[in-house]
Amino acid sequence: MAETKEISIGDVGARANTYQDELQGEDMAINVGPSHPTTHGVLRLLMHLDGDVITKCDPILGYLHRGDEKIAENMTYNQFVPYTDRLDYIAPLANNVTYALAVEKLAGLEVPPRCAAIRVLVTEMARLSSHLLGIGVYGMDAGAWTPFMYTFTEREKLYSLFEELTGARFTTSYTRIGGVSRDVPDGWLKKVTDFCDQFLPILEETQKLLTRNRIFMDRTEGIGVITKKDALAYGITGPNLRAAGVDLDLRKDRPYLGYEQYDFDVPIGTTGDCYDRYLVRLEEMRQSVRIIRQVIKSFPDGAWYAEDAKKIFAPRKGKVMTSMEELIQNFMIVTEGPRMPAGEVYFEAENPKGILGFFLVSKGGGVPYRMKIRAPSFCNLSILSKIVPGHYLSDITVLLGSLDFVMGECDR
Amino acid sequence: MSDIVESLQPRFEGLEPRPSADHPSVQCPVKFLLPLIECLRDEFDYSMLMDVTAVDWDKESPRFSTVYHLFSIANCRYIRVVTNCEDDENPSVPSISALFPAADWHERETFDMFGIRFEGHPDLRRILMWDEYPYHPLRKEFPLAGIETELPDAEVAEETDAKMLAAPMMGGPFVSKGGEPMSKSEPRAADESWTEWKKKPSLEKE
Repeated sequence: MAETKEISIGDVGARANTYQDELQGEDMAINVGPSHPTTHGVLRLLMHLDGDVITKCDPILGYLHRGDEKIAENMTYNQFVPYTDRLDYIAPLANNVTYALAVEKLAGLEVPPRCAAIRVLVTEMARLSSHLLGIGVYGMDAGAWTPFMYTFTEREKLYSLFEELTGARFTTSYTRIGGVSRDVPDGWLKKVTDFCDQFLPILEETQKLLTRNRIFMDRTEGIGVITKKDALAYGITGPNLRAAGVDLDLRKDRPYLGYEQYDFDVPIGTTGDCYDRYLVRLEEMRQSVRIIRQVIKSFPDGAWYAEDAKKIFAPRKGKVMTSMEELIQNFMIVTEGPRMPAGEVYFEAENPKGILGFFLVSKGGGVPYRMKIRAPSFCNLSILSKIVPGHYLSDITVLLGSLDFVMGECDR
Repeated sequence: MSDIVESLQPRFEGLEPRPSADHPSVQCPVKFLLPLIECLRDEFDYSMLMDVTAVDWDKESPRFSTVYHLFSIANCRYIRVVTNCEDDENPSVPSISALFPAADWHERETFDMFGIRFEGHPDLRRILMWDEYPYHPLRKEFPLAGIETELPDAEVAEETDAKMLAAPMMGGPFVSKGGEPMSKSEPRAADESWTEWKKKPSLEKE
């Protein structure tokens, strides 16, 4: 039973004076999460409050830890593709692509242009889908329901396109080492173009609800400022880093998948506050649409998987059933995994949430000896204990919303 | 061998290039770890620490290596620094969290998963598992299924009799029961009206 103290209510000013010693400067510890709508998953923040001001913040993670790295050491490279869906489950296609690129780097394998184009296309669509959710729930965190309805409707349309391409709306598992699971269906590219055409006006409408919204601006401007120096020191990446004014986008700086052929701009923030992070995500969506249009315009013909990589990419089903050699190949790839050389590689790609990296140690054969997943959300959250103190408790909602993290990826 | 490794070698005795399939990579004696990382940060413009992790080499000695990836925004290049932990039983390396605050959580994770102590870390606690958890799951001897343990909150566990159970491995990759037909050890379809032991039902009356 908690101890209670009775205070006679008289003059408010006098009361504050009398009880000053007892009521002020009292430290209160509260938990936000692990199951709280603000924390977008299962993040728990243990905070110490002085009145309404946070003095200390200790993020506690691990509620969604599934041991993905241990699991990866116990299965073949291809078998791990579905697990990558469950890292950043807001943009599974982007994870699929980054993982496949990391393993292909280990194998020294180049995918043909058509495959690269498909991968760029799905990565950018995943980015749209991730930022749509990011901005939608961010608005909701700040008290604006309507933008969420707009953005979620658009995400539904994207999901339908994913479903037509991959067979699944959410956990796509689309890439294979050395290719993708299937070519784009007939008429699908036209549907993507149609989606882009109708998407931009809706995006404009959505941003009109937020960008100059007095309440939204009051709640986000000057809140959760991440300085350039801090952002670099804490290894913040993605839109959160760019909002702090650092021009780092691996699509531009270390192009992969032929990103250098596409013309797009990298939006950079100036102050690094919650409002800037919103603006950067908004602009990135427009740029993603630009990239998608260019990819479709110059969509290459030819093979959509690495045909010469016979020990890595499983042969087509039709051939497996009719030809002995392909049957053996298929059997070897399924049972032992793709044949990989020994070595160490580290590959990073610009994912919607930030830079996703895979560090692979191979001793040869079809199973990685060690795989480390560098999760952007994990690094982005590590700055919380630095930037949260000094804010009001009510700022936590927008601050967390603006960081746009996913616990599936953070806890792995 | 890349020029960066060449220019570092005279300054740090015992620094060796390390075979790598991609980025320049150095094997660093543990005593030079802090000076090397500081030198890379201040003189070679490696302004971001991307990743800290470890590898358990199982039966080999030295058993544990820690791996650092640094990125230079100015030159858009990476470098990998690998150092071996001295003691195989109680491995430890100096912490670089004073140089890069980003290392704080990465080192906590590596400690949690491998049990490598980072000397000088301000707050070396577990991060993904709970504080009382007794094992280090990414060590090679730790089984994939996990080990049965008590749950973190003793009073809840006592009330509910709950435990962390080892995961069932049947049906997982590379898992089959010895001596039995494969189909017995694999997940089965609900409909078993005919199997390799039961005859296929036919329309003809027997």
